[in-house]
Amino acid sequence: MVRTADVVVIGGGLHGCSTALHLALRGLKPILVEKDYAGRHASGVNAGGVRQLARDIAEIPLSLSSMAIWEHIEELVGDDCGFASHGTVLVAESEAEFADFRARVDDLRLKGFTHEELIDRAELKRLVPAVSDHCPGGVVSRRDGAADPFRTTQAFRKRAIEKGAEVMEGTTVTGLSRVDKTWRVETSAGPIEALKVVNAAGAWADRIAAMLGEPVPLEVIAPMLMVTSRVPAFIEPVVILRSRKLSFKQTGNGTVVIGGGHRATPFRDQNRTVLDWEKLAISARTVWELFPIMREATIVRAWAGIEARMPDEIPVIGPSSTSEGVYHQFGFSAHGFQLGPGTGAMMAELIATGATNVPIDGLGIARFVAR
Amino acid sequence: MTEASDLASAYDLVVIGGGPAGLAAAALAARAGVSTVLFDENPGVGGQIYRGITSTPLKKRAVLGEDYWAGAELAAEAKASGALIVTGATVWSLDPTRQVGVSIAGKARMIEARRVIIATGSLERPFPIPGWTLPGVMTAGAAQTALKAHGLVPNGRVLLAGCGPLLWLLAAQMLRAGARIEAILDTTLRANWLRAVPHLPDFLLSPYWSKGLALLREVRAKVPVIPIERLSARGEGKLQQVDYVSRGKDSRRQADVLLLHQGVVPNVNLANAAGVAHRWNERQICFEPVLDVDFGSSVPGIAIAGDGAGIAGGTAAAERGRIAAIAAVRALKPSASVPDPQSVRQKLQREELGRGFLDTLYRPADAFRLPEDETIACRCEEVTAKQIRDMAAIGCEGPNQMKAFLRCGMGPCQGRLCGLTVTELIAASRHTRPADVGYYRLRPPVKPITLAELASLPISEAERKAVER
Amino acid sequence: MFKRLGDTADTLTIEIDGKSVRARSGDTVAAAMLANGIDHCRTTPVTGAPRAPYCLMGVCFECLVMIDGVGSRQGCLVPVRDGMRVETQQGKREAGR
Repeated sequence: MVRTADVVVIGGGLHGCSTALHLALRGLKPILVEKDYAGRHASGVNAGGVRQLARDIAEIPLSLSSMAIWEHIEELVGDDCGFASHGTVLVAESEAEFADFRARVDDLRLKGFTHEELIDRAELKRLVPAVSDHCPGGVVSRRDGAADPFRTTQAFRKRAIEKGAEVMEGTTVTGLSRVDKTWRVETSAGPIEALKVVNAAGAWADRIAAMLGEPVPLEVIAPMLMVTSRVPAFIEPVVILRSRKLSFKQTGNGTVVIGGGHRATPFRDQNRTVLDWEKLAISARTVWELFPIMREATIVRAWAGIEARMPDEIPVIGPSSTSEGVYHQFGFSAHGFQLGPGTGAMMAELIATGATNVPIDGLGIARFVAR
Repeated sequence: MTEASDLASAYDLVVIGGGPAGLAAAALAARAGVSTVLFDENPGVGGQIYRGITSTPLKKRAVLGEDYWAGAELAAEAKASGALIVTGATVWSLDPTRQVGVSIAGKARMIEARRVIIATGSLERPFPIPGWTLPGVMTAGAAQTALKAHGLVPNGRVLLAGCGPLLWLLAAQMLRAGARIEAILDTTLRANWLRAVPHLPDFLLSPYWSKGLALLREVRAKVPVIPIERLSARGEGKLQQVDYVSRGKDSRRQADVLLLHQGVVPNVNLANAAGVAHRWNERQICFEPVLDVDFGSSVPGIAIAGDGAGIAGGTAAAERGRIAAIAAVRALKPSASVPDPQSVRQKLQREELGRGFLDTLYRPADAFRLPEDETIACRCEEVTAKQIRDMAAIGCEGPNQMKAFLRCGMGPCQGRLCGLTVTELIAASRHTRPADVGYYRLRPPVKPITLAELASLPISEAERKAVER
Repeated sequence: MFKRLGDTADTLTIEIDGKSVRARSGDTVAAAMLANGIDHCRTTPVTGAPRAPYCLMGVCFECLVMIDGVGSRQGCLVPVRDGMRVETQQGKREAGR
C-alpha cells in the first residue's frame, strides 16, 4: 500500500514535530516519519534553554520570531511545556571579556536588535546572587527562559496528531525518488508519496541530503549534560559563559542542569554515546569556581544527546539546491531547541505559500555546495 | 588504606564488587600473575551474602550458620592472592572502552582496564505495598546485614512478610540470635506448589533441598506462619500496624518492624550504563545480561559474574567468578596456568540445579509486583502506580518516556527500586510483554558523586595545555 | 528500632543532630542510627515524608544524611569515626553546605 500525504517530514525531533504541526494548522496533511520515537535524541534530552542571547546574527530574526511563539506556547500546543522566563545571563569573567560584550551589544543596537542588554556588577549580583565575586558584569536577555525539552517535543507531537498529522515512529527512511512532481519516500513501513519533503533528520540529515545528491559537511556531535539532585532554589536565570564552556540552570524541581558543550563520543548507528568524564570534570571545576555554593551538590546523572553540527555553527534552513519540493531544516549545532517553534512555523509558511516573511538569508544549503 | 592517588592508571583486570564472584575472580586472576584490582563500595569485602565476614561482631558460629563462614576462606584467598583489594571504593562509571570511574574517600580517578569483571550481584526485588516507605519497614536483607555486620536485631513487635529462601534463612538466624518474631506473613501462592512439581527431581539433587527443609522446620517450630494475599503497612510517621488478608479474611497486627522480601534480582545498573545488552527472563521476572559461556557480555572485555549474571546463589557466584577470571587470564596472559574451566562448570551446574524449583515456587504473586493505585512505585520521586498506569493509558510506551513525564527513576536510586515495577506496570496496562517494554536506559554516574569529587579528577595533559595557551 | 546483641561493645562517640550517641567501631552511620533508636534519617525533598534506612546495602538511597558537613551521603556505606558529626537531612538539602 502506498500512503499519500501533502508533505513528508523526516525526523521527529522538536523541529520535525513543529513543522508537522504548523503544516497541519495550515490545512495540509503531513506524515512525520521518525526512526525511533519523538524526542529520543537531542530534542528530548537537551538542556532546555530558550535563548535569544548570544546568537549568530544570521539566526536572530528566526530566534525572535520563535520567542514570540514560546511566550504563548500553551495556546499553540495545549501544554505550557514547562516554559518559565527568567532570562539568560552571559557572565563576563574578566574586564577584557566585558569590553567585548559591550562592543557586541552596541553593534546589535546599530542593527536594530535590542534584546541583549549590558549589565554591570551590581545588576549581575542582583540577578545571580550566587555568582562568584570576580565577575565584572555581563549581558542579559530578559525574555529568555527554559523549558522541559522532552515534554515540549511530545506536546508538539501530540498537538500535530490532533490537528491531522500522521506520526509514524519506529520507521526509517530508506530512499527518496521523484516521479514527475511527486516524491516517493521509501520507508521501513512502506512507501509514502507527497509533493513536498522536509529533511529535519538532525544528526542523520546528511544521509537524507546525500540521497538527493547534496552532500553536506555535517558533524555528528553529542554535547554532554549532567544534573544534580534537588537543592533549594538559589538561581533563576540560565547562566552561560563565553570563554569557558558552561551553561548552568536550576529547574523548577530544584535540580541543577550543567552543560555547555563539552562533547561525548557519539555512535549514531547505535543510538549511543560514550561520555568523557575528564571533560565533565572541567565543567565541574568551572562550576566550582563560578558557584562555590554548588561544591558539595551531588551529580546524579550525566548524558549526551546526538545531534548535528555544521562547520559554521548555524543551521541549514530552506529549499534544497538540487531537488525541487524538498526543504532542509537541520544542523542546529547545539542551539536549535529555542528555534523549534518558530522554524516550524516559518517552514510551513514557506511550503504552503512559497515565501516567508522571516529572513533566512545566509542559512541555505547552497553555502556548502562545492563551487 | 589505599587512596585514589595510590592507584595505577591502568590494570589488566578490574573486578567490581567483593562478594563471592568478585573475590573468587580476583584471587584466581591475581594468582595467575595478572595485575588485578578489586573495588568494593562497602567498608569490607564479602558482598551481601558474606557481609561483614572479616569484621562481624557475632562470634557464635551457629547464629549465621556454616554456609556464611565459608566466605572467610574466599576472603582470605583473595587477600593472599596479590590482588589489590580496595574497600570503600565506589565505581560510578564504566564505559564500553573500559574506562572505570571510581571514588575513594571523596577523591575520584579514571582507571583503564584491559578486562572488567562486573560482580555487583543482586538486590532485593521491589516489594511495593501501601506504606512501604514508612520508617520501620525494611527489607529482610537489611535486617540480615544489620545482624551480620553490626550484631543488631530488630526490636519490639517484628513481622516478616513475603517469600523466598532468604526470608526463611533470616528468620532462622534471627531466632538463633535470640530475637523474637511475631509472625511470618507468607505470600507464596498455593498454586505455585503445583507448578513447581516438575522441577522437583532436579531440586532433590541440589544442595538446597536438605538445607531448605531443615530451615523451614526450624522456623515453623517457633513462629506462626500465616498465608496472605494482601498486605499493607500503616502508621503516622512510622510503622504502627500491618493489615493483611489471609484466606479471604481481613486481619491486622500492631507492629514496630516489618521486614519484606520476595526474592532477589540482578543489579543491572552498572552493566546497563556500560551498554551491555540485557534480556527479559520470564521465569525469574527480571532483566539479566546476555552472556556467553564464559560470562562475557555483549561489550568486548566486560564479563559479568555472580548473581548479576542471573540469580543462582552465592556458591554458584564464586564458580561463575572463576570461569570469568579464567577467560580473562587466557585473553590477557595465555602462558599463565589456570584451572580447567570444565571442572568448574560441572560444579556450577550442580549449584544451579535447584533454581527452577525455587524460582517457580517463590515466583511473587502479581498483587505484590503490580501495586494498587495509590501505592508508591518510585520511592525517590514519590510516583504512584496510578500515575504510571494513567500515563501508559494515554500512550506512554516505555520506561524512558515515563521517566521524562513523571520523573520516576530519576531520583538518586536511579530506578533500582522501581525499574521492574514500572516496566511491569506499563506492560500490564498496554497488554504487551515486559520484554517489549524494556528497561530504563541508565546513565552514569551509577552512584551519585559530588561536584567536588568530580572536580578532583586529575587534570589531563590536554586540559593543562589548553589552560596554559 | 534495633538492639545490640550482648556480645558487642560500644566503643566510640558520634554526634547526631548535635546529640552525642555511642556507636561501635565497625558500625556504619546507618547502623549507628538504628541502634540508637533514631526513627528517621531524612525527610524527602518531594513531600517531606520521613524515611529511614531501607536496604542497608547501598541501593535504596533512603539513608541519605549529612556527614561532617557533606550532604546526601549514603549512611549505610560510611563507617563511623570517633567525633563524626551526622545530621538528619530535611527535605531539599542546602546546596554547598
